[in-house]
Amino acid sequence: MLQSIMNFFGKTKPSKEVAKDRLKLVLIHDRANVSPQFLEMIKSEIIKVITNYIEIDESELEIQLTRTQSEDGQGIVPALIANIPIKNVKTKTK
Amino acid sequence: MGEVIVITSGKGGVGKTTTTANVGVGLAMRNKKVALVDADIGLRNLDLVLGLENRIVFDLVDVVEGRCKLRNALVKDKRFDGLYLLPAAQTRDKTAVKPEQMIKLCNDLRKEFDFVLIDCPAGIEQGFNNAVVAADRAIVVTTPEVSAVRDADRVIGLLEAKELRNPRLLINRIRNDMVRRGEMMSIEDVKDILAVDIIGIVPDDEKIVISTNRGEPVITDGKSLAGQAYNNIARRILGEDVPLLDLEGHDEGFMLKLKKFLGIKN
Repeated sequence: MLQSIMNFFGKTKPSKEVAKDRLKLVLIHDRANVSPQFLEMIKSEIIKVITNYIEIDESELEIQLTRTQSEDGQGIVPALIANIPIKNVKTKTK
Repeated sequence: MGEVIVITSGKGGVGKTTTTANVGVGLAMRNKKVALVDADIGLRNLDLVLGLENRIVFDLVDVVEGRCKLRNALVKDKRFDGLYLLPAAQTRDKTAVKPEQMIKLCNDLRKEFDFVLIDCPAGIEQGFNNAVVAADRAIVVTTPEVSAVRDADRVIGLLEAKELRNPRLLINRIRNDMVRRGEMMSIEDVKDILAVDIIGIVPDDEKIVISTNRGEPVITDGKSLAGQAYNNIARRILGEDVPLLDLEGHDEGFMLKLKKFLGIKN
């Protein structure tokens, strides 16, 4: 009971949330068999290309490997998902 | 032709053997002819969980090496009509069997039985490869703990690489009181992370320990929650649409403890 009151006031996160967050992170790399450095490399390349055309929020850019249902519905396939918040679309291209 | 189902997990100690024993009994109780194969060579245990440890004469390695006929190695469970065990060898190791031998063995069993359940050893090495090589379907057992879920994810990936599509998940040892407090991942949490369909959930029930002590699978205790859970899983394997067991109100929650303390009977 005390624990739930403490949770209510945001003092500690329920341990299952911690477990989920840690698992999700570790599984991304397990699944893809790629290092975080490799993802960082992809991320910086993507930023380089996109910023030529669009102003983006670089600090909020998220890129992760996950799994998704394949298009033919024949199973789960790995997918690279990028979440890129746009600040402004540049009207003039360089 | 019967169906070969492998029960696997990656991590050890999550309940593969208990699952194999109980689901096997559940299918046999529904008039199916079932062979249980202990593929954990060197660490034989399915016989003990089933209470058949004193009846073993030959084992799996004897069969594949031609020292006895398959039917002579199968131990008939006298309590359940149609249930047979093919024990693992205890004095050999995982390299004693080759994948081709396992395929032949399973094909022979397929002709005689409706279901062949393979109890897979922990790990992802040769023992795992042997256990899954002939399987038509896979059940992945996990518990709501980070290490078990991570290993389950790895195994699911390996199964898919071996063309064993759509493995089903069994979440074992759920403690509903902890889930409610937010201190244990819920069924939904685990399902979301692993992205596979669930074949069943089994609560953490002390009756499992008691029944394993006695060598009597808990599924025979229809009143126990774990027994009901395994019965549901057996029915789902047979294609029935059974809703997941409702664990609410069955756990040692605060209200239950209070009632017990005050001597109120439910």
